[in-house]
Amino acid sequence: MNTLLSSKKPILKVSNLKQYFIVKREALFQPKQVVKAVDGISFDLYPGETLSIVGESGCGKSTTGRSILHLDEPTEGEILYKDVSLTEMSKKELRNIRGDIQVIFQDPFASLNPRRTIRQMLDEAMAIQKVLPPKQREARMLELMQNVGLRPEYLERYPHEFSGGQRQRIGIARALAVNPKVIICDEAVSALDVSIQAQILNLLKRLQNDFDLTFLFISHDLSIVKHISDRVMVMYLGKIVEISDKASLFKNPLHPYTKALLSAIPVIDQTIKRERILLKGDVPSPLNPPTGCRFHTRCPFATDLCRDEEPLLRELESGHLVACHFAEKLSAI
Amino acid sequence: MLLFILKRLAQVVPVIFGVTLVVFLIMQMVPGDPAIIMAGEGASTETVEQLREDLGLNEPLHVQYFSYIGNILQGSLGNSLKNNQPVLDEILIRLPITMELAFFSILITIVLGLTAGIISAVKPYSVSDISVMVVALLGISLPSFWLGLLLMYTFSIKLQWLPVAGWDSFAHIILPAITLGAGGAAIVARMTRSSMLEVIGQDYVRTARAKGLKEHTIIYKHALRNALIPVITVVGLQFGSLLGGTVIVESVFAINGLGRMIVDAIRTRDIPMVQGGVLVASLVFVFVNLLVDVMYKVFNKRIDLN
Ligand SMILES: Nc1ncnc2c1ncn2[C@@H]1O[C@H](COP(=O)(O)OP(=O)(O)OP(=O)(O)O)[C@@H](O)[C@H]1O
Ligand code: SF4
Ligand SMILES: [Mg+2]
Repeated sequence: MNTLLSSKKPILKVSNLKQYFIVKREALFQPKQVVKAVDGISFDLYPGETLSIVGESGCGKSTTGRSILHLDEPTEGEILYKDVSLTEMSKKELRNIRGDIQVIFQDPFASLNPRRTIRQMLDEAMAIQKVLPPKQREARMLELMQNVGLRPEYLERYPHEFSGGQRQRIGIARALAVNPKVIICDEAVSALDVSIQAQILNLLKRLQNDFDLTFLFISHDLSIVKHISDRVMVMYLGKIVEISDKASLFKNPLHPYTKALLSAIPVIDQTIKRERILLKGDVPSPLNPPTGCRFHTRCPFATDLCRDEEPLLRELESGHLVACHFAEKLSAI
Repeated sequence: MLLFILKRLAQVVPVIFGVTLVVFLIMQMVPGDPAIIMAGEGASTETVEQLREDLGLNEPLHVQYFSYIGNILQGSLGNSLKNNQPVLDEILIRLPITMELAFFSILITIVLGLTAGIISAVKPYSVSDISVMVVALLGISLPSFWLGLLLMYTFSIKLQWLPVAGWDSFAHIILPAITLGAGGAAIVARMTRSSMLEVIGQDYVRTARAKGLKEHTIIYKHALRNALIPVITVVGLQFGSLLGGTVIVESVFAINGLGRMIVDAIRTRDIPMVQGGVLVASLVFVFVNLLVDVMYKVFNKRIDLN
């Protein structure tokens, strides 16, 4: 994958993306508070790959996805899609290109408008992006239903008539309707039963192959990430702490936080012995993140340097980047 | 649906019973003897006694009540103590006026409330949102008699744009309707805003946006339709307080509607008139509520989770 990646041009290039939110004041004269949900992250997404974003709740995974989709205007930074800056586009240009980047959300109940039939949803999607003239849409709709494994007569039904797994299939069909290149899956299977999760994951993989899709796959479930990703990006409090191809990351995690996350997944293979690293305390508030390395309040290896100086994300091995002052030393452990 | 309507109609009967009973008892407790008021201050004791006998006021309470109910069931609300004319005739003259006022007020409640709520929700925490919400807060807190007098002073007396009082032309309707509808509009505005904001935060609105839908299509086609459902309930509830409000507004603007009729009747202890008026007002309220429930069902059918 690595050699393959370096020869390709990224389809999506995120540079120094920052997304700050001003939180509502609770008292009248309290100063305005700023949540730095995403605080200067850069990464590339290559055509045809699945890049996963993992990290604890609140670390900025969904925010990253929403910024790329321009559902929230980024505070700072640039997002290049096929070398064109989404951040500098006019509203109209942006609307036209939106079909290329689609999203599937976690909650299959909330992500479908309860008052529209499946046909209305698919038709609307195709109409906006002018995918096909009205006459040819019917055939395309049937094809889409087949693609996601739903019976064609379901087109006339409303979302509440379906199970969670079926709804997620509808969400996928709707995303596919506009012929996207990139799909952001934000916890797309997290709300489903384990057996249904596997079905949907397999469906996503098949569709990726059939339609040359690129996935940005947001999840907090490492076993799912291990199953579906080509590369993995680990976030902590709005920063990327490690990014690497999957094999290298799972075999040889370099960042203490990644090590801790990985040590928390149960290991089936008994020959692999792993020390379980327990993290001290809770994730600090993104309102007031720690200085230096944001992980230093919980890192077992933290020193004064970590408190004072922020470690940069640097390439330690080919295609394996990490943001820790002591990554070299720690990789031996 | 038919079954639902029938069930609701069946519930109307005990409600009406309760209303008549409560009004009947309250009128008994109000100080002042209707017979004396009717006969006039200087009348002799014999005249008053004779009147009391004729009106059946010497009967025990429960006899009086049941004879009243019996009359209602025969379609008679009794005669006014003041002029001995049938109460029903008077009500039939007054009711359309009040309904007209109520109709235009609720129109103002809906149109003004929805518009303001949407304006607020589209750009939350913006200047327009905050101004709308401040006005809405005022609208909720201002007592309607005060708002009525304020409007009357400004538009009728100072600017002389509109007539001061009465009920002869459309121009007469405007100020009372605004006075009566303003409080409801404020509540509807706040409800619409919060309901819209909730829907706009939903993932299906995000996916619509991600598809490249224009912002106004998102607001009207996706957000508003779903946000309207709770708003319907609020409008229905508003109608109740609106009917109550007619009493005050009709008095302020000297409109000869049902509300003012009831107030006058209370002042003169015209018991049959009060009872008849309140009974009819309650019936109207109950049926409007039924209508709202049916509408809610129809609107909501598609997301009814069996
Ligand atoms: N619109 C917003 N306004 C204010 N704060 C926000 C907003 N959106 C996100 N945040 C804050 O930004 C931080 C990151 O949120 P985000 O939803 O991206 O986390 P996440 O990694 O997706 O978490 P989860 O796994 O729980 O979905 C959180 O602290 C959240 O409270
Ligand atoms: S920089 Fe320091 S605190 Fe941060 S992860 Fe590395 S060792 Fe831990
Ligand atoms: Mg999330």
